[in-house]
Amino acid sequence: MAELLQLVVFGLVLGSILTLGAIGLSLTYGILKFAHFAHGDFMTLGAYFALSLVAMAHLPILLSIPIAALATILVALVADRLIYRRLRRTRPVILLIASVGVALILRSAVQIIWGPNVQVYSPGIQLPYVIPFGDGAIRIKPDHLIIMGGALILVSALHVFLQYTRVGKAMRAMSDNPDLARVTGIDTEKIVLWTWGIGIFLAAVGGIFAGMDAQLHPVVGWRLLLPVFAAAILGGIGRPYGAIAGGMTIGLAQELSTLVIDPSYKPAVSFAIMVLVLIFRPRGIFAGRST
Amino acid sequence: MTGGYGGVDILQGVDLVVEPGEIVVIIGPNGAGKSTAMKAIFGLVHLREGHVTFDGAEITNLQPNKIVERGVGFVPQSDNVFPSLTVAENLDMGAFTRRDDFEPARQKVYELFPILRERSRQLAGQLSGGQRQMVAMGRALMLEPKLLLLDEPTAGLAPAVIDDMFASIREVNRELGVSILMVEQNAKQALRMAHRGYVLAAGRNRYDDTGENLLANREVAEMFLGG
Repeated sequence: MAELLQLVVFGLVLGSILTLGAIGLSLTYGILKFAHFAHGDFMTLGAYFALSLVAMAHLPILLSIPIAALATILVALVADRLIYRRLRRTRPVILLIASVGVALILRSAVQIIWGPNVQVYSPGIQLPYVIPFGDGAIRIKPDHLIIMGGALILVSALHVFLQYTRVGKAMRAMSDNPDLARVTGIDTEKIVLWTWGIGIFLAAVGGIFAGMDAQLHPVVGWRLLLPVFAAAILGGIGRPYGAIAGGMTIGLAQELSTLVIDPSYKPAVSFAIMVLVLIFRPRGIFAGRST
Repeated sequence: MTGGYGGVDILQGVDLVVEPGEIVVIIGPNGAGKSTAMKAIFGLVHLREGHVTFDGAEITNLQPNKIVERGVGFVPQSDNVFPSLTVAENLDMGAFTRRDDFEPARQKVYELFPILRERSRQLAGQLSGGQRQMVAMGRALMLEPKLLLLDEPTAGLAPAVIDDMFASIREVNRELGVSILMVEQNAKQALRMAHRGYVLAAGRNRYDDTGENLLANREVAEMFLGG
């Protein structure tokens, strides 16, 4: 029982990271109508910005997180102005390919600036809290609490933003029908900027959390991209609320799968879920309503 | 107006005028350029030649969000509500460009369509066709436009609902003082309530006259009103 609960904790931690990535992926898909393949590498970039703040400027990690995430937004906005915006009136597949290019540029830049080696935010071992349970014990590291708590706060803030603010409602409207949003008088370019801002902020925080959970390396985000896509697709891509459910499901499924299969096959679990969803419920399992 | 999509001129010199306070109806066979003319006024179709002026100012080929700000509302024919937003949120979106208090505008929309007040918290995607059309028109009225462009407002509605829709359009025109330019398939019914009408064919003006005269015109009746 303790072992199961331990895996649930790991699953929730991974799920929090995936959720933060999947929300942004889903928002960009819903509003800009293309699959943003550079999303994982923006997660990496955010993680490395935080590394510089922690290791070189000696800022505490909790202060570094928002600063690094804001810096990542700036890079995304530059990529949007220089590349994506020019292609916005072309077909989605062209934007998709362009985003693969952006992904490669970001990954190479990270390797050039920070080097190809594995790095950590703080050296040494973090002692976990040990909670006795039945015949065993559950171990939770302080960083795990930050990751789960941080994701919970950000997701709640996103909910308030989407439901109650003028821009949040306009984002949902644009995701429903961009043409109607234009004739309604919504400034769609402004909504695009907000979409990048929010999506990339969450992605960068997710990347930093991934670095806190394990280590940093230049493909940390790229490797997360597959489960992040799986989470977004599971939740019905384009639906930020589905992305939350999808992220948690994939995170838990990956960790709990180690009860029955070799842990080295963990990544295959999200791949298998994604394939199954695409075959049987291509609109996502949480997309109950069709329009 | 002359222009169209991708180098093909669907509109070949169409000329339309709406005076303040008027209801003007555009009729004509399929492919005559009725909807295209409407979209061209609203900046959704590029005009190669010609001008669109509104309230004395040139608005030719402006972005739709700029045209909305000047007081022109547009209700597209289909997909004209945000299905995953509530009725109230759909109306909020209509007022997106407004920075002032738009609550009075919302109350006017609810007075015009009382059912929308009852359904205000329901998702627009769950409404019937007629109610969706009310949401779409309500959304456009949130900016208190001077001119409302309606693209086939009764398309796909049941006959009883069509009568209600025409009654609402008349009320918008009379009570709220909004000029109306609409494309309509139910040509006879539309011409009966219109001050003036245009018959378009093959991208050009064919006839223009008062609604009454067009209804009485034998050629128009034979060719465009189904005898």
